[in-house]
Amino acid sequence: MTTAEKYVTAAYCVIFGVVLLYVVIIAFKLQRLQRDVDELKDGRGG
Amino acid sequence: MGRRHRLPLPALAGASLVLVTTALALVFFVAPNDADQGFSQRIFYFHVSVAFTAYLCFGAGAWKALRHLWKRDPHADLESYVAVHQGVIFGALVLITGSIWARISWGHWWVWSENQLVLFLVLFLFYAAYFMLRFSVEPGPQRANISAVYALFGVVLVPVSFLAIRLSQRLIHPQVFTRHGANFGGWILAAYLVSQAAVLVLAYTLYRVELTGKLLDLRLREMRTL
Repeated sequence: MTTAEKYVTAAYCVIFGVVLLYVVIIAFKLQRLQRDVDELKDGRGG
Repeated sequence: MGRRHRLPLPALAGASLVLVTTALALVFFVAPNDADQGFSQRIFYFHVSVAFTAYLCFGAGAWKALRHLWKRDPHADLESYVAVHQGVIFGALVLITGSIWARISWGHWWVWSENQLVLFLVLFLFYAAYFMLRFSVEPGPQRANISAVYALFGVVLVPVSFLAIRLSQRLIHPQVFTRHGANFGGWILAAYLVSQAAVLVLAYTLYRVELTGKLLDLRLREMRTL
């Protein structure tokens, strides 16, 4: 692998790494919202 | 939500996946090496696409901010916030991928004397400070108004940053589009256009996912107070 190829690969890995991290953070937030909905439902005797 | 967003999220996510995969296939297996820059030019397919998307996100954030101040649209503040958030994420990617390309081509990760780099950094930092301002004020109409005014001011930096690339004199930051049209053709142009479409659809999908979560959170808070 040439130096240019290594740098280009690193650039694309950074892009997809950041997008993946973002998706994971959003997934955790949605999981928390799901728990909140369940708590609210239980609190109302649902 | 339903009245504004007609495209279902799963369809958008599927379109993002197909477009990103096609773009990567075109970038790495179809588009030829650039005669001048060689393999390193392949960074530009996504670097430029991500940069345009970041500008568009900041523009959308300002537009929603204007809607908030002008029409008092109930969700405009949240929409502006999510758009600016996306813009900052894509802005960070522009800076990182640009630095990697600069390292290969110029031999430096960053050049402080280059206006186009510094202006994009200023734009990025300006919008990064948006979050500090927003979260230093209690939630409510005051926070929404201050955030909207700030987002509107920042959008002035977008054309300045964009034009700086065209006006740069010293080191040559490549121009993708000139006044005579695209600076390339054939498969390079096709790979760029598909990459641009892929990043735009991906950004819109992420925007919709984050906004859905934020609106759901808001509705839950309202229900708790009932």
